Amino acid sequence: MSQIETFYDVMRRQGITRRSFMKYCSLTAAALGLSPSFVPKIAHAMETKPRTPVIWVHGLECTCCSESFIRAAHPLAKDVVLSMISLDYDDTLMAAAGHAAEAALEETIQKYKGNYILAVEGNPPLNEDGMFCITGGKPFVEKLRHAAKDAKAIISWGACASYGCVQAAKPNPTQATPVHKVITDKPIIKVPGCPPIAEVMTGVITYMLTFDRLPELDRQGRPAMFYSQRIHDKCYRRPHFDAGQFVEAWDDEHARKGYCLYKMGCKGPTTYNACSTIRWNEGVSFPIQSGHGCIGCSEDGFWDQGSFYDRVTDLTQFGVEANADKIGLTAAGVVGAGVAAHAAVSALKAAQRKTQDKKEEA
Amino acid sequence: MAHDTIHTPNEGVRPLESSRLTGDATADDIESIRRRTSVFVYEWPVRLWHWVNAACILVLCFTGWFIASPLPTMTFAEATHQFVMGYMRFAHFAAAQIMTVGFFGRIYWAIVGNHHSKQLFYVPFWNGHWWREVFFELRWYMFLEAEPKKYVGHNPLAQIAMFMFMTVGITFMLLTGWALYAEGAGQGSLPDIVMGWLIGLVGNTQILHGIHHLGMWFIVVFMIIHIYAAIREDILSRQSMVSTMISGHRTFKDDRPE
Repeated sequence: MSQIETFYDVMRRQGITRRSFMKYCSLTAAALGLSPSFVPKIAHAMETKPRTPVIWVHGLECTCCSESFIRAAHPLAKDVVLSMISLDYDDTLMAAAGHAAEAALEETIQKYKGNYILAVEGNPPLNEDGMFCITGGKPFVEKLRHAAKDAKAIISWGACASYGCVQAAKPNPTQATPVHKVITDKPIIKVPGCPPIAEVMTGVITYMLTFDRLPELDRQGRPAMFYSQRIHDKCYRRPHFDAGQFVEAWDDEHARKGYCLYKMGCKGPTTYNACSTIRWNEGVSFPIQSGHGCIGCSEDGFWDQGSFYDRVTDLTQFGVEANADKIGLTAAGVVGAGVAAHAAVSALKAAQRKTQDKKEEA
Repeated sequence: MAHDTIHTPNEGVRPLESSRLTGDATADDIESIRRRTSVFVYEWPVRLWHWVNAACILVLCFTGWFIASPLPTMTFAEATHQFVMGYMRFAHFAAAQIMTVGFFGRIYWAIVGNHHSKQLFYVPFWNGHWWREVFFELRWYMFLEAEPKKYVGHNPLAQIAMFMFMTVGITFMLLTGWALYAEGAGQGSLPDIVMGWLIGLVGNTQILHGIHHLGMWFIVVFMIIHIYAAIREDILSRQSMVSTMISGHRTFKDDRPE
């Protein structure tokens, strides 16, 4: 009886009713954008397939991904998926600690060689031989390489693992490096966001279990079902954008009316995520709905795109306060002044020549 | 001998020798100028493209500015019926699509058109004569030469400017612009299939917005120089400039060979 339990077994063991289980399956199908006919498929997969073991490791990060994950809107996702994961290895959430925890990691790797999913929260710093992040007495980058070697696939949770996030912002002293630049021989799913939406996280895991394959990924390696459209494309304030009705200052009349936050530097038009559809905290709200622009946290290098409150971003290469317009206006001004001066000299030269010609004629 | 013309062909004289050596004037041009007072340079598609392109650039700069920094908030109708930003973007996208078609049309004409229609798209980098003429023209602009030379098409300095600002500049704006348009058109759309790779390459499209915006200023700087140089040369040089953009004919103000 060394059989691995199914997801359903674990759920039942957790005291979850079949009714709630079916609800979870239909909600997940909806979140993944699948038709109702997929609900029994998901249920069947959950009932029959041995659950996929997950090892969850933490590098340089703030644990906001885990925080988000345990707040999944549907409590089942939290209870079920999380408890199943912590059964294997998650150094932040598991019961075991110290040597016991490290032994559990080794045991999982040995037992499920080539079959487990490695979920990475945070990223490894490579500078000084990785000494800026030590877990279990070793640089995190070593643990990551070790755990990745026998993994079936890797999930890069959050902006840290996907792109580097704040610790990789310029000048990146620890040389924090996203996972896909360290592990190059495994399929990697990026689930960016700071943190990613909980339903997106559970949705990705459920999809992989149900269909036994990676979800369809976009060009940047993100699950297309959640990251193929911008916040802007599904924003409920979009009509105000098209109408040219913007919040001009915090707390002005337009802010109270809920106009578009574009002029306040909202990064919705350049941010690919599902916030404006799935929303946060059981669908209660998302940043724009609460009156603040999107900061673009699920985009590559979002810390290095100037202020969160500018649409035309600062280009620090040209000085702290310079942006495209200031540089352009300066260049146009200099060229314009040069042209004016050149025109003046040209006119003087021409006049001079005319007088000379007249003199010669005379 | 053509006794029935007002011009007397002077077989011993070789007109526009330096222009010929830089690859500007063709043998036909030189024969033409022996007989006529003008050389036909720019065929109608080139002239049409020039003005359509100029109009597109004006619309694109104007609307592009107000897309990055929108007009003050107005409320004169319900949001659904008030399409201020929407029309601004529509004009930008429409002008960009016309410009794209025009640019491809211009490339086509460079292939099938006359010798001068090709000048925009290359720089005769390995031609020593051409480089010497670049420096001559530079000296003319620095007031170190008393008198400019005659050119049939663009002078070598202008050719560099045209290539850098138009061929390279417009290509850059079309590539970045279509990548940005692909974001709104959505994944799987035609713009996305053609230009989406650039989104993936750049990563964060906020960067694309930034460099596209800088590109606008690049073109604005060109516009200032271009219009100034055209008017200045029309007055001070020995040949026509502004009317050539309309009629396609280059006329010369004197009959000296160089």
